[in-house]
Amino acid sequence: MADPVATTGVLTAGDPAHAEGLSFHPMDQFMVKPLFGDYGDPVYWYTITNVTLWMALAVLCVVGLFVLGTSRRAIIPNRVQSVAELAYGFVYKMIEDVTGRDAVKFFPYVFTLFLFILFANFLALIPSSFSPTSHIAVTGLLALAVFLTVTIVGFVKNGASFLGLFWVTSAPLAIRPVLAVIELISYFVRPVSHSIRLAGNLTAGHAVLKVFAGFAQVAAISPLAVLGVTAIYGLEVLVAFIQAYVFTILTCVYLKDALHPNH
Amino acid sequence: MEGNIAEIGQFLGAGLAAMGSGIAALGVGNVAGNFLAGALRNPSAAGGQTATLFIGIAFAEALGIFSFLVALLLMFAV
Amino acid sequence: MEIEPIDLEAAGYCVNSLGSAIGMPQLCDAWFANQIFWLVVALVAIYLILTKVALPRVSATLAERSGTISNDLAAAEDLNRQATDAEKAYEKALADARAEAQRISGEARAAIKADLDAAIADADKRIAAKSAESEKQIAEVRAGAAASVAEVARDVAAEIVTALGMQADRSTIDAAVSSRVKGN
Repeated sequence: MADPVATTGVLTAGDPAHAEGLSFHPMDQFMVKPLFGDYGDPVYWYTITNVTLWMALAVLCVVGLFVLGTSRRAIIPNRVQSVAELAYGFVYKMIEDVTGRDAVKFFPYVFTLFLFILFANFLALIPSSFSPTSHIAVTGLLALAVFLTVTIVGFVKNGASFLGLFWVTSAPLAIRPVLAVIELISYFVRPVSHSIRLAGNLTAGHAVLKVFAGFAQVAAISPLAVLGVTAIYGLEVLVAFIQAYVFTILTCVYLKDALHPNH
Repeated sequence: MEGNIAEIGQFLGAGLAAMGSGIAALGVGNVAGNFLAGALRNPSAAGGQTATLFIGIAFAEALGIFSFLVALLLMFAV
Repeated sequence: MEIEPIDLEAAGYCVNSLGSAIGMPQLCDAWFANQIFWLVVALVAIYLILTKVALPRVSATLAERSGTISNDLAAAEDLNRQATDAEKAYEKALADARAEAQRISGEARAAIKADLDAAIADADKRIAAKSAESEKQIAEVRAGAAASVAEVARDVAAEIVTALGMQADRSTIDAAVSSRVKGN
């Protein structure tokens, strides 16, 4: 890591050999930068950065949709209120269908995760914005929170019988230990796949958008590149919603394991 | 860059790892296609199974994302 | 374009001298603390907003709406029942009125028939009385005529007898005329 140019290869902006020609910086959009002050200022845990800005905007969207939008409490809702009620009903029905009626007390928790990821994903689609959910630190914490919640709730609710999750009684006794090892591994891989799925999808989409945008620098293929950016952008709008949905529904599935480990 | 064997290996590895994403796409397509086939056979039962569909797609896709991640790590972090 | 060299010591090891990322920014652990701190702040903010304000409000609105809808449905049911009742009452009233009309017209017909019958009977009675009287008168006239004929015959007979120069006594003539008149 001593010499940045050597370690990052052709895609590094600092590489003098490629400064003149095509220059891709697909990863620069994920950089954490202080909002105030210079580029190179150090980033402490309390520094107000672009992470702060875009997360705050997500919070503001939640406030706008759920506090300002529903302030009329109308029996016949206007558009914003219908959207808020639609989102409420969507997640409520999801947790009721997937996890069960007794899981409704986790609804605010699941809904918080859903709304944060949804708005962070959608706000990240604004050009030159920053996407917090593409960062493994962010999604890792979200997934770890889910993992810890599931594990703690599982043991508090079921005690030691929660371990029955790993002892598959429907399988023959001989292969149960093997299955237990596999189940245990898959249980601990859950937070990894849970977080990397979200961060990876977002990173991949945004990096591809940037690469296509980089191709637009070449006049001959720039119309194609712009067309490609448009198409991928449409796909990314879909991915932004689906990844929020998938993260939420997997949270519900994991919670179901915690509440009902035996089926 | 010339003659740098390590870099060649890095980029080759990244390219090979990226193939995993494409292969995962086969898996996702398989899930979605089979769902569609089942849904056309029994359309009334399809509505309740969309959640299962998305969970299946998510699990199939996760492994593709892993290989994509390996490619990214090879490109940018090694 | 002149790019100002940045202080690499301060920026940490994830940014190169041109302000571009080294490696994947996602894996730069110098930024983890910042991201995690602000993520926790954002999540807590959203959680508090949802649990304190938004969710009670939305669920209250939804409950109120479903209450209103079921109330409206009940009211509609009620109105429907009322309308059915009103229709039934109307039909009953109509049937009653029809029966009443029939009864009244029947009564009127009966009354008229009774009057008519009475009038006919009266007329018959009067006609009978009249015809009886007339017959009596006719009989009287006839009797009177017969008596007159006998008188005339008696007088004529007496005169004829006298004219013949005979003396006839009165009772003989009467007997002869009476036997002749009666004989006829």
